[in-house]
Amino acid sequence: MHRRVLAGDRLVAAFLIGCVLFNYPLLSLFDRHTQIFGIPLVFAYVFFAWAAVIAVMAWAVERRFK
Amino acid sequence: MLEAPVVIAVSLGYLGLLFAVAWWGDKRADQGKSIIASPTIYALSMAVYCTTWTFYGSVGRAAVSGIGFLPVYLGPTLVMALGWFLLLKMIRIVKANRITSIADFISSRYGKSHLLGGLVTIIAVVGIIPYIALQLKAVSSSVSLLLSYPDIVMPDRSATMSVAADMSFYIALILAAFTIVFGTRHLDATERHEGMVAAIALESGVKLVAFLAVGGFVTYGLYDGFGDIFEHITTNPELRHLASAIPSGAGYTGWFSLIVLSGMAVLFLPRQFQVAVVENVNEAHLKRAAWLFPLYLLLINIFVLPIALGGLLHFAGQGVDADTFVLTLPMSQRQEGLALLVFIGGLSAATGMVIVETIALSTMVCNDLVMPLLLRHKRLAIEEAKDLSGVLLSIRRGAIVLILLLGYLYFRLAGEAYALVAIGLISFAAVAQFAPAMIGGMYWRGGTRGGALAGLAAGFLVWAYTLLLPSFAKSGWLPDEFLTLGLFGVELLRPQQLFGLGGFDEISHCLFWSFFANIGAYVGVSLLRPPMVAEATQATVFVDALKNNGPVGAALWRGRAKVSDLQQLVGRFLGPTRAQTLFVAYARRRGHADGVMLEADAQLVQFAESLLAGAIGSASARVMVASVAKEEPLSIEEVMHILDEASQLRTYSRELERKSRELTAATLELQEANERLQELDRVKDDIMSSVTHELRTPLTSIRAFSELLRDDPRMHLADRERFLGLIVSEAERLTRLINQTLDLAKIESGRADWNGCELDLKEVIEQSIAATSQLFREKGADVELDLPDNPPLILADRDRLIQVMLNLLSNAVKFLAPGSGRVRVVLQQLADGLEVSVADNGPGIRAEDQQLIFEKFRQVGDTMTAKPAGTGLGLPISRRIVEHFGGKLWVESVPGEGATFRFTLPFATVREEAVAVAVGA
Repeated sequence: MHRRVLAGDRLVAAFLIGCVLFNYPLLSLFDRHTQIFGIPLVFAYVFFAWAAVIAVMAWAVERRFK
Repeated sequence: MLEAPVVIAVSLGYLGLLFAVAWWGDKRADQGKSIIASPTIYALSMAVYCTTWTFYGSVGRAAVSGIGFLPVYLGPTLVMALGWFLLLKMIRIVKANRITSIADFISSRYGKSHLLGGLVTIIAVVGIIPYIALQLKAVSSSVSLLLSYPDIVMPDRSATMSVAADMSFYIALILAAFTIVFGTRHLDATERHEGMVAAIALESGVKLVAFLAVGGFVTYGLYDGFGDIFEHITTNPELRHLASAIPSGAGYTGWFSLIVLSGMAVLFLPRQFQVAVVENVNEAHLKRAAWLFPLYLLLINIFVLPIALGGLLHFAGQGVDADTFVLTLPMSQRQEGLALLVFIGGLSAATGMVIVETIALSTMVCNDLVMPLLLRHKRLAIEEAKDLSGVLLSIRRGAIVLILLLGYLYFRLAGEAYALVAIGLISFAAVAQFAPAMIGGMYWRGGTRGGALAGLAAGFLVWAYTLLLPSFAKSGWLPDEFLTLGLFGVELLRPQQLFGLGGFDEISHCLFWSFFANIGAYVGVSLLRPPMVAEATQATVFVDALKNNGPVGAALWRGRAKVSDLQQLVGRFLGPTRAQTLFVAYARRRGHADGVMLEADAQLVQFAESLLAGAIGSASARVMVASVAKEEPLSIEEVMHILDEASQLRTYSRELERKSRELTAATLELQEANERLQELDRVKDDIMSSVTHELRTPLTSIRAFSELLRDDPRMHLADRERFLGLIVSEAERLTRLINQTLDLAKIESGRADWNGCELDLKEVIEQSIAATSQLFREKGADVELDLPDNPPLILADRDRLIQVMLNLLSNAVKFLAPGSGRVRVVLQQLADGLEVSVADNGPGIRAEDQQLIFEKFRQVGDTMTAKPAGTGLGLPISRRIVEHFGGKLWVESVPGEGATFRFTLPFATVREEAVAVAVGA
């Protein structure tokens, strides 16, 4: 019961943080013509944020509770 | 190796492989050994979301709008995070009610309405047919591209080609055959297709591998990694604008709208509903799929930008369509094998989408469009008791062929028109219209049939007016004035600036107006009147799906029906043999060993209706069951009463659970208390036995000496006096022992008299030293005092404190070596009390004994040889006295260097506060 609630809360948190990361205004902060490791900043940012949200979701549902 | 025969052979071979996998999956499912019972397969089957629109189209969009192709995959990622709640609830509802399609879902929720199911079906078909056409177009373009090898010639569809010579016509037919074989092999009450899911999962794997292969080739073969390709963005002024999130100037609103739209599409596209909800084997698979599916989307998109940029650079000025870069880049490099793999990947993306979408649509068309019409013919529906399962299958097969042919027709008509290119998002916006009725229906009891109908119709009309018709106009099928001047030349009605709303891209514009109309009508009309009986019942079934309640439907059915009628009815749609098997199995489950039920009760009627619902849809099932059973209509009051009762029952049962939990806890406590009591009892027994033992020792000596005196009258006077002295001292010891035992018992039971008063501890110590001075003198020991003047007063019983001091001092003396002993008594002021220490230079106490000495009748030392010098009760009593006045008593000792007994007592003021607090509490 408890672990289910916790995993669910974590997924909702991932949803909310994803909503913020993937949209204006945070997105506009990275929308500039600079590069990081030779990759345009906005490309790197969106893919990195995306991967991070997926990682959080994976962590939320796969973590073994002690 | 890219000649026509090879391409055709490979394509057919690949389709054959899919057939084999699907056949094997179905066979294993029949044996009860599902091959799709894994979260990974489940996630892969969800990846049917990625069609050719992803496989070829992503690169095309990226070539125009940079990273603007991506929100379509971010939306599903976010929704999957909520899938744990949304999809889980949908799965529960679907399984409990044997719902087979999204049309059935909505129809069932709002009182099993035929009209609503039909409307949803029409919206889905209108929205999806062009999308199917897009898949056919993609396959046919990729075939003609491949066959033009080694040249790269853009397919020209302006030249009219006869249907018989058109490859995509045959592709449509082959897909129809495949769909028929695995989608409608038999009628199943749950409408699940394990073999098809296995094939779809395989296709998802193939398209991912193919895309990663071409991505890796372009990025690392053609160029020198990501950095090399992206460098051109900065150096090439024509590409510079792509390195922005909104290069097309649509603004962040467009980005946001795409996320919202794709998030809803991933839930409500018929194919997604089919694989994610209807085909779900085990709801636990949702957990892993929640991140595996987004991960799949991430992987398949990693190389989109490099391929798009690579293509733009490579084919600059050659008129190669960016939508074909995935295929034309390997072709231009003479990578024949890779090109073939890409082609197969694209074929996978197309066939996967077409098969699942067609199965889902055909179920809807059959159950929610054709069956209701057929059932209107009374003759067919009721009087003629013939087996209809064959008819049912034929309807579905017919629907499949029809849908695919419609798709082909649209493709022939639209060709290269805008209406086909933009259809991906137009389709998404169409199915997004289901969202209010679906989500509202799962979480809001107030939604009614009228509300859902109004909302869907309004949303659909606005969608058609703001998105579909404009796409026709842009294709040249409608006059341009429609777009620029508005309907009938009324400027406010311009479809993409409706009522003058400008500044939005067309998707955001449509999303806003259609949702405004949809949600507004849904909520508004729902609020006009309270839900009716059927709506209220179904609202409970859907909204409370995650609560564990019994079948609500059965509780709400009153009437009479014959078992034979019901079985015959089910038999007509599922086949008599299967109906027989199902009914016998049901009777066995209900405890009728012979498999025969005599009476048809509400549960059996419910069971029959759910069997039928799987085959012909819930609305038709309701009508059919009503036709063979004599039902008593319930008033809304009765229904609400029963539902209230059900919810009260739930409350009661929760209450009961809580009570039983409390009871368990109480029982545990009782057990513990009992154990404690038994422990105390044992302790009491121990004390009794040790007290008896302690009393016996002096008594024995007294008796022994008395007997000696009696038996020997000629004993010397000196001996007599010595013996009498011993008797007296033993008798004194006995008295002391009894007194102390009683004293301790009194203290422990709380019946002791305490005369608490404020007193000067220094005075108490001095008085005690005076009383014991004789003892010190006898041992030749020194006493050192370190007492401050006028210490703060403490609150205690003077006599009791003297008792404690006397005990500590006499103990100290007892163990001193004669002549060289020294005892030091110190009074010290602490932060909140006083500390007294009595230190001796005797033998000390071993660490392991330092706690033991405070236990009753424990005397440290070798009791076998040395006669005990005390009662063994002094220290326990002292400790209790000190504790009674809020202090502590303990010992510190290093063996060989003496022992220091210390006790603390709080100041009178502190103590009073503590008492006040204790009393106040």
